Amino acid sequence: MAKFTLKINGQTHRVDVDPSTPMLWVLRDHLDMPGTKYGCGVAACGACTIHLDGSAVRACQLPVSTVKNQEITTIEGLSASGDHPVQRAWLEHDVAQCGYCQAGQIMSAASLLKINPNPTDDDIDAFMSGNICRCGTYLRIKAAIKTAAQQS
Amino acid sequence: MENNATTYSRRSFLKVTSLTGGGMMLGIHWLAGAAPSAAETGLDVVKETFSFNGHIKITSDNIIQIMAQNPEFGQNVKTSLPMIVAEELDADWKNVVVEQAAFDLKLYTRQFAGGSQSVRTTWKALRNAGASARHMLREAAAKTWGVPLDEVTTNAGVLLHEKTGKSVTYGEMASAAAEIPVPTDVKLKDLKDFKIVRSPRKNVDGLNIVTGKPMFGLDYRQKDMLIAMIQHPPAFGLKLKSYDAKQALKMPGIKHVFTIKLFPDKYERQIFDTRTFNEALVVVGKSTWEVMNARKKLKVEWEPITEKVECVHSFGSERDEITPAGLESTDQHFAKMAERAAQSANELRKDGDPEAAFKNAAFILERTYSAPFLAHNTMEPMNCFAHVTESKAFFAGPLQAPEFAEKSLAERFGMPLEQVEIQMTRMGGGFGRRAYAHYMLEAGLISQRAKAPIKLVYSREDDMTYGIYRPAYTATYRAALDANKQLIGFHVKGGGIPEHPIAADRFPASAVDNYLAEGWEIPSNLTIGAFRAPRSNFNAAAEQSFLDELAETMGKDPIDLRLEMLQRAKDKPVGKHDNYDPDRYAGVLKLVREKSGWDLPENKGKNRGVAAYFCHNSYAAHVIDLTIKDGEPVVEQVYSAVDCGIVINPDAAANMVEGAVVDGIGNALYGALTVKDGVPEQNNLNTYRIIRHHEAPKKVDVHFVQNDIDPTGLGEPPFPPVFAALANALYRATGKRLYKQPFGVKSVE
Ligand code: FES
Ligand code: FES
Repeated sequence: MAKFTLKINGQTHRVDVDPSTPMLWVLRDHLDMPGTKYGCGVAACGACTIHLDGSAVRACQLPVSTVKNQEITTIEGLSASGDHPVQRAWLEHDVAQCGYCQAGQIMSAASLLKINPNPTDDDIDAFMSGNICRCGTYLRIKAAIKTAAQQS
Repeated sequence: MENNATTYSRRSFLKVTSLTGGGMMLGIHWLAGAAPSAAETGLDVVKETFSFNGHIKITSDNIIQIMAQNPEFGQNVKTSLPMIVAEELDADWKNVVVEQAAFDLKLYTRQFAGGSQSVRTTWKALRNAGASARHMLREAAAKTWGVPLDEVTTNAGVLLHEKTGKSVTYGEMASAAAEIPVPTDVKLKDLKDFKIVRSPRKNVDGLNIVTGKPMFGLDYRQKDMLIAMIQHPPAFGLKLKSYDAKQALKMPGIKHVFTIKLFPDKYERQIFDTRTFNEALVVVGKSTWEVMNARKKLKVEWEPITEKVECVHSFGSERDEITPAGLESTDQHFAKMAERAAQSANELRKDGDPEAAFKNAAFILERTYSAPFLAHNTMEPMNCFAHVTESKAFFAGPLQAPEFAEKSLAERFGMPLEQVEIQMTRMGGGFGRRAYAHYMLEAGLISQRAKAPIKLVYSREDDMTYGIYRPAYTATYRAALDANKQLIGFHVKGGGIPEHPIAADRFPASAVDNYLAEGWEIPSNLTIGAFRAPRSNFNAAAEQSFLDELAETMGKDPIDLRLEMLQRAKDKPVGKHDNYDPDRYAGVLKLVREKSGWDLPENKGKNRGVAAYFCHNSYAAHVIDLTIKDGEPVVEQVYSAVDCGIVINPDAAANMVEGAVVDGIGNALYGALTVKDGVPEQNNLNTYRIIRHHEAPKKVDVHFVQNDIDPTGLGEPPFPPVFAALANALYRATGKRLYKQPFGVKSVE
């Protein structure tokens, strides 16, 4: 066990956990922030995507001990009230089916648009291919990313 | 034909109460009383035992709260069912709140999501409830104003009396309406007056989803809750022999290591009591990561199982289920199936004289199709919270069929039903998998033993290697043609591990003079369960690929051939014909033909395939256009035509169909769960291939047949025909017919 001070969604949190604990479980089990989802634990599904200093990373692969001073953003902190352009576009296109993968999809999409404000279909495919949606909402995700690109 | 209009032998009742603080509440209690017909066995039976509870609340400040308690796994019923109520109530959708707080409500346990039945079975009950509430509001207004009832009209949540110009909101009249007796008979709206149903409405949980609010089973937590995980045998055909938990118990955060036994010896299982391993080795600790780590320190010895035969009850009937011993392998499965297919099978339906037709045939087309086990891989793995004490068994988790679980749970914990409470969470995908509540029972037994509230968590590996797969299937289709290349006989013989897929009365039954359907089965120790359109998902793939090849052999257009056969089934049906409606079946083919520009010369050069299917009371057809790039199929465009009767929420319905198309393409190309010596060869999403963004079709155009038929299923019917539409398009692109799923990409090169 070791103590860590983490900057998450603009706030400081302290946890006392095994240093190898992935951020995914720190968020879900220790900080009661279950918006970040568990899907595979092996970097294969993207459900756990969060931002580390603004870029998308898989929280299941990020031991808490490596975070240090870097800023973490989770789906709970992407915007104050669900009004990030990506979130608004998701609502406009009514993307979700079961919804389980969508936090990860949204965090990936927000990161993509930061790097590439006007992605082509191929850019979207390449960047998003690590995020599985078992319900098959890919077409709507792509449409929503394009809408968000126009608005941001 | 299967039409729900005739199956409303239901018991339902409405009950009105006043709300403290003003307003009315109309409780809707509705239990399906229809017994399954003899022809329906196994999972199809489920639809006949559907029941429903919900309510309409109108508060004095004019908030209209509608609660529909069907479990939500992405099929959008949490939005569409309240839309039906709001329509008949003539409410303003803006003022309608669909009850959201999944975690702080005591939900009833009379719901089932599965078999695409949610809307189909509630349609009339919900309309009735909405219309009754509206009637009571009108009657209250008529009394208050002293005007005749038929002069009181409504418009978007407002009661009006035109002559006097009086008007009040529903909220203002709600307390008075609570005093009005529930009408025994109400008139439903004319379909042409619908304002809410049939117009797109956004998912009521949309904002919660995009902001990451806790809604799913895995998100559920209670104070002082512990985390539990199960170490199940590494292979089907093994069971626990002994274990040493010394090291594991020394790991940080670990509280207990023990075993639980799911069902006692001689327990008589119900159909949804499917479980793969009866004894489970459990690790309980403070957090998920700690439990995951401690599991690695367990020293476990496993031993082979011995064959067992169990009696399984299925809605009044019973059958023996054999679980053979041994470590099975996929290669051996397919070899065994080929061998078994050559032997005689059970006759399921026979019309005319198929033997003679095949004997006299000038030409016989014979093709064999096969498909592997599939894992559901719901995005959210299995999990359940349980707190079992002496006086109460409480569960919270993602479950498609609590109705079937609660009885088993009550019996297993020796408690009356009232002491079992199941709170349903949103489900991160279902696809049939969550109709099997073994994880609830496991959670309950663990909580009881640990004397603590616990959440049982399946890792992805646990989830994928547990079983309850879509069965492995094979089927041989044969068509007899006369010298003029006319179809004179049709024969399908299908089998599977451990069940056969054949639906003998479906198309092309009734469309061919001489017809034979047969089935056979091989037992296995791999467990199986319903998977999005059970059996149909294989039948459609095989049969609709075969019809494509048959059309080519007969020198006919594939849509024309199907339409001719359907015409025959309509004009002069052969044998018993009560399964599908040839007109509606033809309708989706005609619609997809039109929308895809099937007959246009500019489309003739495209690599396109067509397929259609009927199941779960609805009809679907797809046309797929694809190209090949670097040996991989690129699906350029899909046209889908669906007849599911009245479409409640068109945009959400289109989303469902798009998802079914993506899911179908993914499973057809990549889906497979294989085993070697009893060990699943895929155990996570890096080895089990699921369709991803770049593999999804570029465009899906969804069209619904416009009619006024009561709504039928939508979650499942569009899924099965995707496989064959893809296979048929791949044939055009590559010149190769595909008989074996998954099609992969190599066969396309
Ligand atoms: S849970 Fe991290 S990528 Fe799947
Ligand atoms: S919406 Fe269900 S997994 Fe993406």
